[in-house]
Amino acid sequence: MPIHEKSLIRPENLVEHENLVIDGVDVSGHWSTFIESRALSDYNENMQDEIEALAGGEHISRCWQCGSCTNACTVNAINPDFNPRFWIYLIRLGMEEELVRDKDIIWQCVSCNKCTYACPRDVNPEGVMKATAHWLELKGHTKKKPSMVFDEAFSQQVFDTGKIEDGLVLRQFMKRTGQPLTQPWLVALVMGLVRRFPVFYLMRLGLATVFRPRTKGWIKARAAIHEYVEEVETANRKALGLDAKGAE
Amino acid sequence: MAGKYKKVAYYPGCALEGTGHAYNRSTKAVGKKLGLDLVEIKDWNCCGAMEVKNIDPKIQTYLSARNLSIAEKMGFETVMAPCNGCYHNLKKAEYDLAKDEGSRDVNSRLSEKAGHKTYEPGKVETIHALDWIKHSIGEEGLAERVTNSLKGLKVANYYGCMYTRPRHIFPEKDNGEGSESTSKPHFMDDLLAAAGAENVDYPLKTACCGGAHALSDCDTSTKLVLNLLTTAEACGADVIATECPTCHTGLEMHQVRAEKVLGRKTSVKILYFTQLLGMAMGLSPRTVGVHENFSDAMPLIKEKGLG
Ligand code: SF4
Ligand code: SF4
Repeated sequence: MPIHEKSLIRPENLVEHENLVIDGVDVSGHWSTFIESRALSDYNENMQDEIEALAGGEHISRCWQCGSCTNACTVNAINPDFNPRFWIYLIRLGMEEELVRDKDIIWQCVSCNKCTYACPRDVNPEGVMKATAHWLELKGHTKKKPSMVFDEAFSQQVFDTGKIEDGLVLRQFMKRTGQPLTQPWLVALVMGLVRRFPVFYLMRLGLATVFRPRTKGWIKARAAIHEYVEEVETANRKALGLDAKGAE
Repeated sequence: MAGKYKKVAYYPGCALEGTGHAYNRSTKAVGKKLGLDLVEIKDWNCCGAMEVKNIDPKIQTYLSARNLSIAEKMGFETVMAPCNGCYHNLKKAEYDLAKDEGSRDVNSRLSEKAGHKTYEPGKVETIHALDWIKHSIGEEGLAERVTNSLKGLKVANYYGCMYTRPRHIFPEKDNGEGSESTSKPHFMDDLLAAAGAENVDYPLKTACCGGAHALSDCDTSTKLVLNLLTTAEACGADVIATECPTCHTGLEMHQVRAEKVLGRKTSVKILYFTQLLGMAMGLSPRTVGVHENFSDAMPLIKEKGLG
């Protein structure tokens, strides 16, 4: 697959003139497409430093723009607008407004690490994607994306009990994102399981609250982790120049 | 080589107690059949899965390291984790603790506060269920034990992402003759071939199933999985062999979703490689938990005379 190169020319800035003559030369129509000039005044000079301060973004400055990450990327193959190389470019230049235009797809990175495997500069583009998604949320450019809601519900359970029960995570996630548990494909899935293996699978899916896995002797670990998480959150906000506690 | 992993610490992880129970069951059954002992890590905790690192990667390192520290305390040099996610995280913790001072600091701080010994890198080796069987029994040993050959069964071997990427956390791979390859892994192919299976040339061995967003970005995952399924069918596979509960559940779940939402029905079956190995050694489909899978492989298993 060829490397998809994204252009900084916005479609709305391309103009064709039906009738235009400049210095006696006819420049009408499709053969003489013009690009309207635009002044960039939105540079955020701190942007690279801010992403660098978040977990995963540490090595962004190593990038030499080869495009191997985008070329290898799983999500790019289904959506050409998903372009890690391009975003790294924008961040390094500080083009905040340009980056924010893609705020609704950056979080879709599936963490497959194909980019990390391909990157010749050990940038860890997967980490940069996570840091960037996190940055967009912290800066208030976007509301929490479903993946962050999921990660938080999941992590909370691990921090609290030491273990995860898939069914509980599923239900909490559906609730927090306002999705019904009665979507036809979910129902089909559950019914298929129930048909073949009733009680056991209901338990597995946590639909019958019979047991909750937890790790014995977890209380002290739990306190230590919670304390550390708070520290990290405070440090992140400080690095981004935000006040100590953000709105939920 | 024989006996290298005769008795190892076993880290099942959360998925194997939940949706991936069939993998737990079949892994234990196969171990028993092969005379390999698994001793479960006492009071283990979640390794951090795919999620905790997005809150903070160093907590994930701590969570994984705690399990390694318990294994060490129990006197083991090797931990076997059948789940790709767990295997990957334990490996990553090992790497980060060896190379990154920040990770070491957070790990010792959290370990101290939690009241247990801090894990030092290099004390315990983490292996996958594939390494475990490959290095303790090997293809020849396995072939000797096959009573119910998988002959005529066409298998697409699917390894997913976390078994080989990122490469730097798997120093033993791509490491000369006999080692696993990160670009074209083959340990599962080798074992299933020894059990008589006919492996198809599957180009998507290490492609992604979208497991990280199986729920939070369903449409992406369904597209990725559908591609895995249709490609396996195009390669002539009857079954996709898996070695990770997240991949396995993702394939099953999105096979249903692709049919219900996109109207794309696929009929390739999905089985854990341990289920296939178990049946090849004469274990019943029930013993290896085929009834716990969503993908109903019984008709195929009967047709091929495996159970
Ligand atoms: S980890 Fe994310 S950015 Fe990297 S290749 Fe996979 S989907 Fe693309
Ligand atoms: S592969 Fe690495 S160096 Fe190349 S563009 Fe991507 S991040 Fe930059």
